[in-house]
Amino acid sequence: MLPFLLIALLSAVAQLFLPWWSIALVTFGVCFWRSKTGWRAFGAGFLGIAVVWFVYALLIHLQTDGILTGRMAELFLKTKTPVFLLLITPLLGGLTGGLAGLAGRQVRAVFRAKPE
Amino acid sequence: MKVFKALLSLFISIGVTVALNQPWGSVPALGRLLSPFEGFWQNAETVGQSSEQTISVKGAKEEVTILFDDLHVPHIFAKNDYDAYFAQGYATARDRLWQMEFQTHAAAGRISELIGDRAVELDRYNRRLGMAYGAEKSLEGMSNDPVSKSVLDAYTTGINAYINQLKPADYPIEYKLLGYAPEPWTPIKVAFLLKQMTQTLAAGADDLMMTNIRQQLGPALTANLFPDYPFKEDPIIPVGTRWDFEPVKLPNPPPNTETDSSVALNWQSHDPGIGSNNWAVGPEKTATGYPILANDPHLTLSLPSIWYQVQLVTPTMNVYGVSLPGAPGVIIGFNKDVAWGVTNVGADVLDFYRIRFRDNQRQEYWHDGKWKPVRRRVETIRVKGKPAVIDTVLYTHHGPVVYLPEDKPFRNNIPTGYAARWIAHEVDNGVKTFYLLNRAKTYDDYVTALSYYVAPAQNFVFANAAKDIAISPNGRFPLKWRDQGKFLLDGTRAANDWQGWIPAAQNPRVKNPPRGFVSSANQSSTDPTYPYYINWEFETTDRGMRINQRLTAMQNVTVDSLRHLQNDVYNHQASKFLPVLLPYIQEKDLSDPQKQALKTVRQWNYQQDTASVAGTIFMDWISRLEAGIWADDFPDNANRPLRYPNTDRTLQLVTEEPTSRWFDNVQTPNRQETIQEVVTSSFRATVDSLVKQHGPLGKTWAWAGHKGTSVRHLIPGLDAFSALNVQIGGGRGIVNAAGRRAGPSWRMIVQTGPNVRAYGVFPGGQSGNPGSPYYLNMLETWRKGDLYELLYLKSITEKSPRIQSTLQLTR
Repeated sequence: MLPFLLIALLSAVAQLFLPWWSIALVTFGVCFWRSKTGWRAFGAGFLGIAVVWFVYALLIHLQTDGILTGRMAELFLKTKTPVFLLLITPLLGGLTGGLAGLAGRQVRAVFRAKPE
Repeated sequence: MKVFKALLSLFISIGVTVALNQPWGSVPALGRLLSPFEGFWQNAETVGQSSEQTISVKGAKEEVTILFDDLHVPHIFAKNDYDAYFAQGYATARDRLWQMEFQTHAAAGRISELIGDRAVELDRYNRRLGMAYGAEKSLEGMSNDPVSKSVLDAYTTGINAYINQLKPADYPIEYKLLGYAPEPWTPIKVAFLLKQMTQTLAAGADDLMMTNIRQQLGPALTANLFPDYPFKEDPIIPVGTRWDFEPVKLPNPPPNTETDSSVALNWQSHDPGIGSNNWAVGPEKTATGYPILANDPHLTLSLPSIWYQVQLVTPTMNVYGVSLPGAPGVIIGFNKDVAWGVTNVGADVLDFYRIRFRDNQRQEYWHDGKWKPVRRRVETIRVKGKPAVIDTVLYTHHGPVVYLPEDKPFRNNIPTGYAARWIAHEVDNGVKTFYLLNRAKTYDDYVTALSYYVAPAQNFVFANAAKDIAISPNGRFPLKWRDQGKFLLDGTRAANDWQGWIPAAQNPRVKNPPRGFVSSANQSSTDPTYPYYINWEFETTDRGMRINQRLTAMQNVTVDSLRHLQNDVYNHQASKFLPVLLPYIQEKDLSDPQKQALKTVRQWNYQQDTASVAGTIFMDWISRLEAGIWADDFPDNANRPLRYPNTDRTLQLVTEEPTSRWFDNVQTPNRQETIQEVVTSSFRATVDSLVKQHGPLGKTWAWAGHKGTSVRHLIPGLDAFSALNVQIGGGRGIVNAAGRRAGPSWRMIVQTGPNVRAYGVFPGGQSGNPGSPYYLNMLETWRKGDLYELLYLKSITEKSPRIQSTLQLTR
């Protein structure tokens, strides 16, 4: 639970100042510092980013009456339903975060004598 | 093993992240684009948010207040002129940055920098045409005038003040989609924008096709089919207006003007959908006793909207109207004393001169009995992801040699081996015209402002609260012998050169004519008594005649009755053609569906409205009829382009020359076709094709659906940011000129008087951001033919419930 919360919090702050790919650095760092298994590292990284991206995107979508979300959904997915964009966005961020989390865990493992 | 796993997962993670951070072909960088923190999400704008904002920016001299109304129109209150243009630049960039930069990139031949080598030929074409050369000349003209220079500098500084405070997350969405960043604005970009207008409105040329036709038919038949004055006409300057000046001596045509065009290709012809209407009704005909002015310029309907509304208030002016994003000041608008508007003149200000080079080195060319040096201008076209393309353009005193004989031109219409003499290559100071019009108080101020104007020549309509109305086809017109430049010219003879200019004071103009109104709709500027040559062919007179008939009949004119006229969908052309054509139809040759269609057309009231079926049939039929008459005589041939006589000449042919040889199809040597056959077969083909397209005659044939008016984003294929299949009546040749891709890009009506009131709408919105509620909010009002009252604030203290937010710019 802690890595997930940390990732969500730190990545949100980082993205206010740094490019989007800072999410990979954050999840890598957190999972390097602390994660139990590869699966859990991936999960924490994925969810930590995906939840933040989802909540922020949803907030923007609702605040703006979905004017742009509708147009972008039409542009990319040829559908007027913005729901898919609200799913793809966190999926993509989550994937980036999850893979970086997994990498953090695996790199850490190299430096350890025995797995925990 | 652990090391392998670590490296593998690291590799995958970095690989995926990097892959998502860069574009793949036309797919943008998805990670960046989808991130809610910096991607497209950041471009979504909140609806109905009122706010007070203070921004400190470098460059303003004193504090500027910008009030935004409920249509997101900025009302700029500045304590000096510099700050007003600074704030106009700032506010325009805030709403239209991508558009203003993209349009100037296009004009400058720089699209390849954005989208790669598929735009190289387009860029080369713009550069060969001398767009950059012309923009440099314009900038020179504007920089030499201290007033224009200061306006340009202020506007530029304001745009850059906005650009400088942007983070990548704030970039307009098009930058994110195409993957580039805004660059600093420079004054020459203003010149490029004005050049682009000139290219749209004053770069059509049929010289090559006309030359080919003259070679085929000889001078007499060519003059007969392509006359210098229409069969039906109602010119802009009313017939009978006296020319109160002593004309300068016209140059003499050389004894033989024949040229050889054996290597020629040809030129873009003018898009007939691009035109405009304007008129002013004098005090004796209006309900209030003060003039009313109306204008609707027709351009290719695009998004972000072509125009940007703005009010500029300083101690020296208080003007409201539409501006072009990328150019300072108001182009069409009003102040408390005067109102003005523009339509295109269509003057012949682009001519082609055949160049005789001394040898293959092309260092010298022959002119006026001497070898003269060729100048070389090197154009560097930068290409995204590829090495730059270097292009050397040869310049003569006429202008650039657009394509050399061995080149393959980008457009199928460009003569190769010819230099282009084009008005856009002249030094000009167009910004000054609008600077003065924005502050004009009297008729004389209007005349003075017009004297600075060069191109694209416009019919400037004028009205003021002192009860004057006026109109003037105005621009810098070359002094030519009659028909000079109707055909390609021999560039070796000095007599073929442009011989100076028509004096600005002698441009056609009329003030307070007896008929009580002035108007223009791109028809002939004057009747043949005007001593100078402006062009041999103008837009068909249908819109002009309809407007003049209506205005003649109207009394107690109000804003609302003129609004109805702007939205008039009476098909004047059909009212002239159908009574002549219908009796020629041989009914016995028609199938049942064709008979049914004929009945529909016979019952038509000529209203080209959204539901009209007869209108759909007529529009299709008329183009088939023209092809039926002329296609055999002027066959399509890429190596030898020809054109048809215009629709006015076709009307004359069917009306007055029903036994003419032109109805015979020369490709059927054993048969002699008649007008009956051509009329009937074109009608049958029309109906058959419409049945194939829409099924049996019925609602599916309705005009608006058949026409499919669309307002498209500037990036081709971006349907998601466009408005497609807009249900609106009217079309080409109709007062409400809403065509497939072009139409009224701004409608404005101004009631002058002690308290000026004005109304307007354009098909789009003030914001260029597809994520803004102000991107397309005015479209429906435009479609229905309604107008918004324009909020003209007399002072900053005037309270209006329509003001929604305030932006303060401080030093």
